[in-house]
Amino acid sequence: MASRIVAKQLEKRFGHIHAVQGISLEVPAGQVLGFLGPNGAGKSTTMRMITGFLEPTAGSVTLDGIDLAADPIAAKRTFGYLPEGAPAYPDMTVEEFLGFIAQARGYRGREAKERVDRAIDRVNLKGVRRQAFETLSKGYKRRTGLAQALLHDPGILILDEPTDGLDPNQKHEVRELIKELGGDRAIVLSTHILEEVEAVCTRAVVINKGRIVFDGTPSEMESRAPRDTVKNRMDAAFRAMTSIDTAADAPRAKGGRR
Amino acid sequence: MSASASAAPRALGAFARTAVVFRREFRSYFQTPLAAVFLVIFLFLAGLFAFNIGGFYERNQADLRPFFQFHPWLYVFLVPAVSMRLWAEERRTGTIELAMTLPFGVRDLVLGKFLAAWAFTTIALALTFPMWITVSWLGEPDHGTIFVAYLASALLGGAFLAIGAFLSALTKNQVIAFVLCAVVCFVLLLAGFPAVLDFLRGWAPQGVVEGLASTSASTHYESMMRGVIDLRDVFYFITVIAAFLILNCFAIDWKKSD
Repeated sequence: MASRIVAKQLEKRFGHIHAVQGISLEVPAGQVLGFLGPNGAGKSTTMRMITGFLEPTAGSVTLDGIDLAADPIAAKRTFGYLPEGAPAYPDMTVEEFLGFIAQARGYRGREAKERVDRAIDRVNLKGVRRQAFETLSKGYKRRTGLAQALLHDPGILILDEPTDGLDPNQKHEVRELIKELGGDRAIVLSTHILEEVEAVCTRAVVINKGRIVFDGTPSEMESRAPRDTVKNRMDAAFRAMTSIDTAADAPRAKGGRR
Repeated sequence: MSASASAAPRALGAFARTAVVFRREFRSYFQTPLAAVFLVIFLFLAGLFAFNIGGFYERNQADLRPFFQFHPWLYVFLVPAVSMRLWAEERRTGTIELAMTLPFGVRDLVLGKFLAAWAFTTIALALTFPMWITVSWLGEPDHGTIFVAYLASALLGGAFLAIGAFLSALTKNQVIAFVLCAVVCFVLLLAGFPAVLDFLRGWAPQGVVEGLASTSASTHYESMMRGVIDLRDVFYFITVIAAFLILNCFAIDWKKSD
């Protein structure tokens, strides 16, 4: 089956910082890709290039066969995206915010309302639908972000740390949701929680310092752990792949807010 | 188009996309106390200046000159209060990443935001209609002159807003956006003032003085306020608006991820 996401040799420089140094990814339908790496490795920057928020310094992105650089608006229709930190307009209620997203996605009238209701149902936001976004707890904010990304039933989902800051119950809910969504979608999610990768992902990609250092199944990743490790083999494997001089933690542009 | 069961999101044209952005933005003014505070202060000060400083009654003339002549000075500090948040807020909360990964072009966002802000300040201006009623009741003013003066005031507000929107795109700090906009608008007004021009006439070449006078907003505003529709004046305001909106698009592309 043709790949829904095709990223070729993506590179990004911020001034003299070479944040992403040639990342190529193909994600076919039905795959849930866990995107891993230490902070500042270039995960968010890569996702921002795939979603068209940042223009790559070099390389190309094709989404459902549409070249992002050639027709950005058409390409942006193909995916739902949860940016890092799940941003939304603080003064809008959940319902108003999702209503805006529905309009942005081209839905009108009753159809827009149905879309909003369905998205609210799907991530259990009913209790807070008339509450202003800024008054929501972290868990509800994250869910609102997910509802926004899912609203138009996209074939491609790109989620930047969808479970960050959630409590264990909420994490579990989001993972179950992602598993349900699988089907014929291509999903890319970044995370720091390696058990999450084992639980929901069919493929793991580890990047370090802007380059891919591992690409395989979660169990293949686990087998990369040093031989003597017994416990937390995923963590051990992750450390083995990324620890070389990351201890220095050189300051890297994340191309991010704050 | 009526609501249908079709699941595929409709592709919106540029006009529809701008309209979606416009509606969200315009509504956002009324979701915070900003609208109420702005309207009250604008209407209060416009009246205060006209009656107390402009000598609306004492002049014993049936025109609105005392009212309109202070609009530029009101706009110098009230317009930046509206424009400062346009982009700075989106960058601070991270919603810019959301907005720019929805199927919108930069132009849709820039134009939608600007038009919403302009509609808002134009409504504030329109709410001064009791001045027009008052002067018509007291005497027989030239209604054509008043209409052209209203048009000039709306255009001047639009030009200041376009400048403010551009400056807001350069920073995520709203205070900086406010101060920059106030200063630029102030200079733009001052450049046409007789005192400033007389001072320059003493030593600067004639061409420079004329050039400066013609780039000043106050020169064009003054001539329209007298009730003369000169296409050059209208063209001046339209040019300022268009130029700063184009700069705004570049500024967003350049600064969006900082």
